[in-house]
Amino acid sequence: MPDSSMVKAIRKVAGMIHEKILARRKPNLKFPLRSLQNVRYRPQIGFFELLGKMKERTLTVGTVKTFAQTLRMMSLSKNLVETDDIATKREAYYVSKNWGEARFDEQPESDQVMEDIEALFRVNREQIGFIPEEKGGEVAGKLVVIDKDRDTGKTLRIDCTKFGSGAYSIPISVEGLGFQTDAKFILAIETAGMFQRLVKHNYWKQADCVLISMGGVPTRACRRFVRRLSDEKKIPVYVFVDCDPYGIANIYRTLKVGSGNAAHVNEFFCVPKATFLGITPQDIIDYKLPTHPLKDVDVKRASDAVKNDPFIQHHKAWQGAFEKLVKMGVRAEQQALAKHGLNYVIDEYLPQKLAHPERFLP
Amino acid sequence: MESVARKPDSKQEQLSLMADSAPAASPDASRRKPPVGDRPAKRAAKADRGRGRDLQLPVLGPTEMAGGKSERSSGHEAEQASGRAAEQASGRAVEEGKRSSGRRAEAASGRAVERSSGRGAEAGGSVASPVDACPDPAPAEAPPSGTNNQQPTTKNSPSRRASAESMASKQRDISVAEFFTKNRHLLGFDNPAKALLTTVKEAVDNALDACEEAGILPDLDVAIRQCNGDERFRVSVRDNGPGIVKAQIPKIFGKLLYGSKFHSFKQARGQQGIGISAAGMYGQLTTGRPMVVVSRTGKGKPAFRLLVRIDAQKNQPEVLGEEQVEWEPEHGTSVDIELVATYRRGTRSVEEYLQQVAIANPHARIAYHPPAGQGDDIAWEHVSEELPPEPKEMKPHPYGVELGMLLKMLLSTKSRTLRAALVQDFSRVSTRVADEICAVAGVKPELRANRMQPEEVEAVHKAMQQVKLLAPPTSCVVPIGEELMRRGMESRFQGEFFTSSTRPPAVYRGNPFVVEVGLAYGGDIPADEPADVMRFANRVPLQYQKGACAITEAVTDVAWRNYGLQQPRGSLPIAPMVLAVHVASVWVPFTSESKEAVAHYPEILRELKLALQECGRRVAIFLSARRRAIDAGKKSAYIKKYIPHISGALREILGYGDAKEQETVECLEYVLERSRLEGMKSVEDEIASTVDPEAEAAADDGGTEATDA
Repeated sequence: MPDSSMVKAIRKVAGMIHEKILARRKPNLKFPLRSLQNVRYRPQIGFFELLGKMKERTLTVGTVKTFAQTLRMMSLSKNLVETDDIATKREAYYVSKNWGEARFDEQPESDQVMEDIEALFRVNREQIGFIPEEKGGEVAGKLVVIDKDRDTGKTLRIDCTKFGSGAYSIPISVEGLGFQTDAKFILAIETAGMFQRLVKHNYWKQADCVLISMGGVPTRACRRFVRRLSDEKKIPVYVFVDCDPYGIANIYRTLKVGSGNAAHVNEFFCVPKATFLGITPQDIIDYKLPTHPLKDVDVKRASDAVKNDPFIQHHKAWQGAFEKLVKMGVRAEQQALAKHGLNYVIDEYLPQKLAHPERFLP
Repeated sequence: MESVARKPDSKQEQLSLMADSAPAASPDASRRKPPVGDRPAKRAAKADRGRGRDLQLPVLGPTEMAGGKSERSSGHEAEQASGRAAEQASGRAVEEGKRSSGRRAEAASGRAVERSSGRGAEAGGSVASPVDACPDPAPAEAPPSGTNNQQPTTKNSPSRRASAESMASKQRDISVAEFFTKNRHLLGFDNPAKALLTTVKEAVDNALDACEEAGILPDLDVAIRQCNGDERFRVSVRDNGPGIVKAQIPKIFGKLLYGSKFHSFKQARGQQGIGISAAGMYGQLTTGRPMVVVSRTGKGKPAFRLLVRIDAQKNQPEVLGEEQVEWEPEHGTSVDIELVATYRRGTRSVEEYLQQVAIANPHARIAYHPPAGQGDDIAWEHVSEELPPEPKEMKPHPYGVELGMLLKMLLSTKSRTLRAALVQDFSRVSTRVADEICAVAGVKPELRANRMQPEEVEAVHKAMQQVKLLAPPTSCVVPIGEELMRRGMESRFQGEFFTSSTRPPAVYRGNPFVVEVGLAYGGDIPADEPADVMRFANRVPLQYQKGACAITEAVTDVAWRNYGLQQPRGSLPIAPMVLAVHVASVWVPFTSESKEAVAHYPEILRELKLALQECGRRVAIFLSARRRAIDAGKKSAYIKKYIPHISGALREILGYGDAKEQETVECLEYVLERSRLEGMKSVEDEIASTVDPEAEAAADDGGTEATDA
């Protein structure tokens, strides 16, 4: 069994807790603190690296419920790994309904405990048997994905140029996939709407690229997919998102260097080579884009990013961009380019930007 | 001879007050008119024993005008007057008014007299007396200047209605009985229900005082029987005190203003020497029956039974019958008074009153026999077998002495010089301090004390307030004490929590006092009603005028919400709580003669609040402890819910057997229970640290000093 090491790890932690209890001492569990305060941006390795800050869950009157739930979840995880089964986060939540008083009332509670365990063992949740329900993202363009038929074990070649107006869906686990491509770059797109336009007009053909729709903040599967593809095929990743603090600090930053919350797995789920194509604050001026005023949450997010995000703090260019954005007090969406004509993005904007990848923001 | 010349301002003020109530008063009326008013004054003086001279007041003009014209309102006036008298020396005119206007003064000013002699609040007599006593030429009687001075104040009487002579013809003695009938409310006989309570109160006060003075643990027996007729009751109060020698019995019970505590500057219940005889008088007036007194002074001595009646005209006792009787107690006194009354139960009932007496006197045993059909016999047993220490008598402290008092003291001093008088007759005055006072006053310390001019005395009085002095000795105030207070509450209420707080002695206007609070919470005490506040002054329960009392104000001023109780704005807290608040002092300041409400001195309010807050904090701690106990009960169950999941999950992962699981569960229970107790401890520490008495005191402190200027 490939994951017997996981089972061993779970048994080891449980054993330690049990020993403490039998010694009539309070058992405790230590988790790495999962937040931006506990990560460091290391440009050499290209992602958020977890620091040593730990959070401790000691068994007391106050923590007894969470403690019981954590152990229950560990037990479920061990069970899943041993039987080579999986449970979605939602399913795990429903399984907890058998735990009587220790059940979860809402799914976010169970997700939290699950992520704690993940961080405790420093593994990806798939390794402990849990999977997300969310879609991984969509792919179209010059790429052949090599997968296996579950029943026959036969190799499947999935040509991403042949989905017509549709797209290939990134599976939840991408570790077993292989790639064939001669694309020049990968274009990661925030919105499904922009992705649709580029697919519709076969932009990938014109630009010789792979188009990926992230649909907001990219899922782990999506990030892993892009990472593996770019690493293996040595092709650059350009990110095309809305010009607002969310597009930059959440979507782009998470794709490139990972997140605070999943700091323990950032190593695998980041795309250090990604660079920022647009839309930049400067683009708003250069392309005279129609804008919306920044909302309060946007301003707060921007100032948080400048103050607390180690990635933004590391890059002067980004600090400048944020300052400019806040000063202008506006945001612009990808689709704002439609002001100049629906296909302006294909005919003018992207070609102009792609002519100078060296100008992309880091 | 008036002090008009000396203190025109206050005189004027006084007169204008009088003018309002008696507009017909003419300046001429302020002429002295001695003979009529003098006699009763002398009688009062007799009662005064020894210091009677002060009471032989020349009757001054303003008096007559008050007396002659407004007899009906005189009670009210007297009340007002004495209230003022306590505040300002210039109460003179009105005070005298009371006196001169006849017998009523004797009764009405029972308290006033007491005050005056006790602490010189009554300036009138004293102001006048030095003049009387001094061979020096006194200011002329009704000097023209005085008349002139008064002229502007009597604007309301543009034309004369009566001459002094015509008025004089109307001025006559007023008998004690007459006064009493008209002013019974002053003495607590406003209505039949209150009369009953007052009668019991006076008899009980006397009994307790007698026992304590003799060093006997009081054992009282109070009985009320309904006589023929709904409205007639017979109150009997028997004590185990020292008894009264036969010759004294008539005077003590049958003569108003006769007593032993009249002038003592020490903590005591009654002082006026009026209470029990007034009760007898009330009984006599309403039923025509005399008091029946039985007393025995010791083993081997006979017991006597006397029927005592008060000659209301002469204020003299009359013994209607006297016999030697068989009486079981070795010593003690029993008094029976028959009166018209209404028997009430519940609030302000005799039963409630006696219960409060029992709380404030934990060393006393009190048995109560209500009238037939009005409940069962009750006995409040001794909570303590020890008598409280006897309060020491103290010399007046200069800060508390008022001008009239000072005049009188200097006049009657045994010392020759002013310096010696100050040192001898006051507390906290050394020779050095006496010289300092004299220096500030600009008078020679060698002056003959009883020959001083009023101006000089006034200067000395002023100087006294300016010189820095030690606070008066506090040993003369005897509180009930924290422990007895609490035990008293415990024995009288079925509560869950009891506490008490006795403040260190403090001083207002030179009078030492102690405030203490006993608190009972929870149990049978009604929860959804305002807290019951029992007020005590020198161990005597106060029943009426709750709203006017500093104690009530202090209770409402305390922010009980801070202690986890409900409290509507500006009201008493709503809680299952009983508060017993005691103010003990050599001189408890009352708002009025009826001795029913404590006056609002900032120093007293401050001490009251501090004591209440202390008790409040303890209630808060109790409440939070109780809440935690309930929480802890819940927590225990809470813990038990999750233990099986912890051991169960571990068992699933580690795969151990039943025995091991059992052990795991036991260990988990141990670990979590300990964690729970630690949690409780930390909450307790938190409460202790959040409630910082000093900080709170500072926040509430109005910054008043114990001395006053």
